[in-house]
Amino acid sequence: MTAILEMRGVSKSFAGVQALRDVNFTVEAGQIHALVGENGAGKSTLMKVLSGVYPHGDYEGSIIFDGEERRFRDINDSEALGIIIIHQELALIPLMSIAENIFLSHPPSSLGVIDRDTVYRRTQELLAQVGLTEMPDTLVTDLGVGKQQLVEIAKALSKRVRLLILDEPTASLNENDSAALLDRLLAFRAQGIASILISHKLSEVARVADRITVLRDGRTVDSIDCRAETVEEDRIIRSMVNRDLAHRFPQRTAKIGAPVFTVKDWTVHHPLHRDRRVIKSVDFEVRRGEVVGIAGLMGAGRTEFAMSLFGRAWGERVSGRVWLDGREVNLSSVAAAIDAGLAYVTEDRKELGLILDADVRKNITLASLGRVARQGVIDDMSELRVASDYRNRMRIRCSDVYQQTGQLSGGNQQKVVLSKWLMTDPKVLFLDEPTRGIDVGAKYEIYCIINELAEAGKGVVMISSEMPELLGVCDRILVMNDGAFVGEFAAAEATQERIMRAIMRNKEMDKKALQGELQL
Amino acid sequence: MTDKTVALPGHAGFIKNNLRNYGMLLSLFAIMLFFQVMTDGTLLQPLNLTNLVLQNSYIVIMALGMLLIIVTGHIDLSVGSVAGFVGAVAAVLMVRYHVAYPLAFIACLLVGALIGAAQGYWVAYFKIPSFIVTLAGMLVFKGLALAILAGQSVGPFPPTFQKLSSGFIPELFPGAGTLYPTSLLIGAVLAVALVYTSAKSRARQASHGIEVEPFGFFVAKSAVLFAVIVFFAGLIASHRGLPNVLVIMTALIALYGFVTTRTVIGRHIYAIGGNARAASLSGIKTERLTFLTFVNMGVLAALAGLVFAARLNTATPKAGAGFELDVIAACFIGGASAYGGVGKVGGAVIGAMIMGVMNNGMSILGVGIDYQQVIKGLVLLGAVCLDVYNQRR
Repeated sequence: MTAILEMRGVSKSFAGVQALRDVNFTVEAGQIHALVGENGAGKSTLMKVLSGVYPHGDYEGSIIFDGEERRFRDINDSEALGIIIIHQELALIPLMSIAENIFLSHPPSSLGVIDRDTVYRRTQELLAQVGLTEMPDTLVTDLGVGKQQLVEIAKALSKRVRLLILDEPTASLNENDSAALLDRLLAFRAQGIASILISHKLSEVARVADRITVLRDGRTVDSIDCRAETVEEDRIIRSMVNRDLAHRFPQRTAKIGAPVFTVKDWTVHHPLHRDRRVIKSVDFEVRRGEVVGIAGLMGAGRTEFAMSLFGRAWGERVSGRVWLDGREVNLSSVAAAIDAGLAYVTEDRKELGLILDADVRKNITLASLGRVARQGVIDDMSELRVASDYRNRMRIRCSDVYQQTGQLSGGNQQKVVLSKWLMTDPKVLFLDEPTRGIDVGAKYEIYCIINELAEAGKGVVMISSEMPELLGVCDRILVMNDGAFVGEFAAAEATQERIMRAIMRNKEMDKKALQGELQL
Repeated sequence: MTDKTVALPGHAGFIKNNLRNYGMLLSLFAIMLFFQVMTDGTLLQPLNLTNLVLQNSYIVIMALGMLLIIVTGHIDLSVGSVAGFVGAVAAVLMVRYHVAYPLAFIACLLVGALIGAAQGYWVAYFKIPSFIVTLAGMLVFKGLALAILAGQSVGPFPPTFQKLSSGFIPELFPGAGTLYPTSLLIGAVLAVALVYTSAKSRARQASHGIEVEPFGFFVAKSAVLFAVIVFFAGLIASHRGLPNVLVIMTALIALYGFVTTRTVIGRHIYAIGGNARAASLSGIKTERLTFLTFVNMGVLAALAGLVFAARLNTATPKAGAGFELDVIAACFIGGASAYGGVGKVGGAVIGAMIMGVMNNGMSILGVGIDYQQVIKGLVLLGAVCLDVYNQRR
């Protein structure tokens, strides 16, 4: 077989963080090539390099497509050659029809007037190809996610597609829709269209892929020819997570005390789809001085769990009981949650955590201005003293506390957010992806802060998609999947493989349960 | 505890850093100087200066409320209509039903608060864009003013009410020739108080190791501030003394300046505009606060409507038309950001004064109302462009 795509020695870094290191990746004509790896392993970055989102010159290495070296300036260049990427977040316009969406950029037209008959006819043909029977003038918003995904594929087919890239296409699909979509991929393969499938669902990958490549920390660590070898999930999981963990985490002797935070029967519904349970009767407990990790894939419900506890900042129809320090508390608003002694460091510090235009001082004191004010009047000197204090304690690197927060590096911004929450003097801190997007040095400092908090007798809950960090920092690790805890490991017995297996196994069990129901 | 490592930059660097803070003030002075020369000194004649204050008082009063609205990331297009409507309510109460002045005054402020609450409710709790809600309000209250006045002008007001706009503070030492010494004295006291408090705050900051302006710069600044206030107080005092409205206005400016810079509620308002979601995740009640800024705007629009009605001594169905444009322009010229989170009370006041001086100066020069609008529009665009350019740099 001949290679349609060859990526040679691709490296890419972001502000000092190496996202891809010398990656070689080959797709043969008419092949389904699966790309697997942990969150942050570099899969999406690699695909962005390939599709021209990161233009030539932004990365090292070369891309050979159809036997020629290509230097894409933007996504239009790669699309012109038939490399079409379908992102996890669909790029459809909800209030336009299927036909309008499919022919959004280049509708068949003469003199600028859209030829509606041709659009309609061609849309019908394309929909037939992806197995949809909807009318072309149906609004996209009236379709389910699975069918929207297929519309995206039809849109790709409206262009001359040679290589189709699907980024977790089945993440939000149910069993039947997933199966339908994978069947499409097999049908395309028969027509000679190659595809790259990024997926966390190993059973799917094993079903359709001709070759599986595993990325880890931006390197290709394994590549399995599914024709020649049998696919062992354990081997894939081992390759995905196997890493040296020594010396990356500061040591701490855990002094775990009485339960400080107890949750019983916590149930949360989706704010838009009010009948959908997102968190399903969850029980949860943190003790003084304990660091509890929550592992899981994106979309497992970890952030929703934390945010719904934090004054119902997420979700509708929230129910369940909560005790702090043995006393039942009512967390009906964010202010009440803060007063009760809860803090939540958001996953997205720029959108949800900080006021980037405001200075460091104002961000630090934002959640507890009452502590530096008398009768509603801010004592600016005492505010300055407190802010400078945190700046020194947390080693926030800024020219002074009057510097705009947006000018700081990611790690220092995160320390500002942490300072804000430490100033509220919480009993329990939820840290949602506290080290996302910050460099290794700053990560180490954040781990040290977490240790100090635990030593000070606070309960710390860390949500993270980076398993090594959970293993390195936490005393106990819970695994969340589909809105419920499906596994629990003490630090001593936890390994990345066991956690990953708990996540994956459960996906399989879901599937079997679903099939069982369908047979009934 | 505190950090004493803040280095003092050179004086030149300091002045350059702070030029932007004073840029708006300097433009105001430049514009005043320009019209002073062009009108052969008419602009700063005591009579004209007093008129300038009276003409612009209602714009300044509304700009204070509008600034808070804009800082939270919203807009209020209805203020002109609300001011006109409240003026009409005042006329109906006082002229037609002979309600006592203080009672009618309070009733009108309450009407303003209710209007603000009604609009703020939709904006804050129903998340309907403020542009749409207040556009609706603009139509509604314009129509209601027309309706309750039955399309006619209603007046005149009782003389006590007229004093709100046309009155001057009582003279304690009468008979001192053409000068009104009480007003001059108040001006001088104000100037001394301002210089004293800024000196005190400078000393306090220095004692905490904060970078303060160089001493020479501080002395020069204080001297200029002192001279300007005393100079204007002198001008005002040589006509008929301090207008009542100027006293109200100054008190409100001081109050809103204090609230925005020094209080928890002020900080929270800026936080909402800076990042509403982060603010709400920090325990700030964003909805309630947004609601309250609209209530506040309603009260200030009502006060402005009363001042305007008292000045004209009659309520007309057309009163207040187009005020919202001057008020919004004043805030943006004064450096407020249309994206929210940024803006100062001082800026909005200076912005209102720039608009006022231009209106007044161009009228004296005989520029027609047509080109006055063209020029004001261009100044607004220019000021905002300059601000955006400065921020990109």
